[in-house]
Amino acid sequence: MSAPSLEAPRRVLAWRPGPVALAGAVAVALVIAGEIVSPGFAGYGQLVNLMRVAAFLGVIAIGQTIVIIAGGGGVDLSVGKVATFAAIIGSRVMAGEDGDLVPAVALALLVSAAIGLVNGLGVTLLRIPPFVMTLGMIGVVQGLILAYTGGRASGQAAPALTSLVNGRVIFDLPGLLFLWLLLGLLAVWLLRRTTFGWNLFAVGANRTAAELTGVRVNRTLILAYVLSATFAGLAGILLLGYTESVFLDLADQYMLPSVAAVVIGGTLLAGGVGGYAGTAVGAIVLTVLSGLLTTLDIGGAGRTVVNGVVLLVLLSLYGRQRRLRS
Amino acid sequence: MNAPARREIWREIRLPGVQLSGAATVAMLVVAVVVNSALQPNFWNSYALTSNFATFVPLVAIAVGQTVVVLSGGLDLSLGAQVTLAGVVAVQIVDGRLDRIPLAVAAALGVGLACGALNGLVVALLRLQPIVATFATGFVFSGLALVVLPTPGGSVPVEVTTAYRDAVLGVPVALLAILGLALLWWVLRRHRVLRHIYAVGGDADAAYASLVPVTRTRVQAYVLGGLFAALAALAILANTGSGDPFVGNELTLASVAAVVIGGTALTGGRGGAGGSILGAVVLALVTNIVFFADVPTTYRQLVNGAVIIVALALAGIPALQKSPASRKRRPVA
Repeated sequence: MSAPSLEAPRRVLAWRPGPVALAGAVAVALVIAGEIVSPGFAGYGQLVNLMRVAAFLGVIAIGQTIVIIAGGGGVDLSVGKVATFAAIIGSRVMAGEDGDLVPAVALALLVSAAIGLVNGLGVTLLRIPPFVMTLGMIGVVQGLILAYTGGRASGQAAPALTSLVNGRVIFDLPGLLFLWLLLGLLAVWLLRRTTFGWNLFAVGANRTAAELTGVRVNRTLILAYVLSATFAGLAGILLLGYTESVFLDLADQYMLPSVAAVVIGGTLLAGGVGGYAGTAVGAIVLTVLSGLLTTLDIGGAGRTVVNGVVLLVLLSLYGRQRRLRS
Repeated sequence: MNAPARREIWREIRLPGVQLSGAATVAMLVVAVVVNSALQPNFWNSYALTSNFATFVPLVAIAVGQTVVVLSGGLDLSLGAQVTLAGVVAVQIVDGRLDRIPLAVAAALGVGLACGALNGLVVALLRLQPIVATFATGFVFSGLALVVLPTPGGSVPVEVTTAYRDAVLGVPVALLAILGLALLWWVLRRHRVLRHIYAVGGDADAAYASLVPVTRTRVQAYVLGGLFAALAALAILANTGSGDPFVGNELTLASVAAVVIGGTALTGGRGGAGGSILGAVVLALVTNIVFFADVPTTYRQLVNGAVIIVALALAGIPALQKSPASRKRRPVA
């Protein structure tokens, strides 16, 4: 998917496959490679499992996409911790009771949104670079988690949440995948069919021009960070439904993969160009890759190395910046 | 519309002729030292000073390396993994034997050089965005570290660890190491490479037009970053006496925080490692302060994180008064 505007000069390169198609092709290639080295890898149940794992990364990466499109070095490193915190709040408040599900989710999302608000205020009013602001926020949220839990997570997912996430709906697909589809459509609608979305692309493409045409730049940016944290919180809740109980670092490992998924999906880190469809495919690519590496019996160390190398290859397929001479 | 108005306010309170960026960092350091010495009863006692400085050195070294990369307009998220890799390679080579130390040091520096060169190639030649590219190379480095040393272990000659915590004429060796790093930076700063790095980080197109070898300069920046990561690894080995394949993980993000607290702009081209060294010490002192302030254990991290955010915000204040023309839009790189 490409930005709604500013694409005209790129027509010259129209013979190149778009980032989404390219990432999709890579995903398919990885699945085929998996089937070759380990028959059964591309089986229906196995693929559904992979998609389920991809869904969490995919939902977290919705917010990451929004923040990165906003440009100006926009990135949200606190998404992993926020997701963890939301899951911890959720599990403690709902404590395995269906009756407390709604207030628990509401509280978790509210806290997430508040953290996003602080991120947004720091980035806009205090002009702290987003990378650093959200990096500092990791420490604060980790502190909140420790203060809230006293170092030991408690509670449990409500059965309703678990059955919503894990329950099989049609074609033996878990509910989680439909939730992801729903949230993904919401994200695409938000980015391409709402005033906020248009403002976001305008701000990301050229902040000064956006400001001069009357876009409320700061308001758009703050909203972007609030949305990012909220989607992260939502992913945390979904993850809670999947695992049923929480650990203190439940979703932390999604931090940088969420950025990688966005970049593999063709959204520019410079801002103003991109979309969610690419990110979703990027999340699938990353998940299939790590699934494939787990299947290959090469041990943890080798897996980490191969993961890094493949990531580099993927990035060099599309994530390259312009030449100086151009 | 209200953004320019706010900039005016900041301009009014600007002190004429004072470079606020450095001033903010120094002020934070002074406050941190005063608070810390008030809370920690024996802060100025030579034993406490020695052990404090001993733990500061790795972060200081990696912060200097990160500064060089950031000044070039890049960012290195693999520095922590490089520290780990250089450390485990060195500890495997030294294997508790004093005579192998030169070899181990050379190997660590070689690892830093190689890692830096790989990052430089990936970022400068393949033109990948530094934030994701170095994230990916970080995977490679930490995976290799696990191959070299799967579990914490290995041993460093006891002479090294004793010497590291010793003092020369009353000055802790670790403090000398920090001064040495500052001196190293001072020398580098006067070399052509750093001038090129500043030029490329400030405006790559202008640098290119002025015949600065942009690609080579970027590679050199990452190589320098890797070499400082190797120094950080050696400091960790000297401090702890054994190798750990996970030791560097937390250093990466702390190094970026130290750079920002030190007043270096993440957009590149502005700042210096002097500030980052102070920033690293401030970061370490904050942890110390929170520890000695009798904050309940469960709230320690929260207070720590909040103080760091405040420090990051304070360090950013001078940037608020830059004229709009100097505010450049750039990717995080």
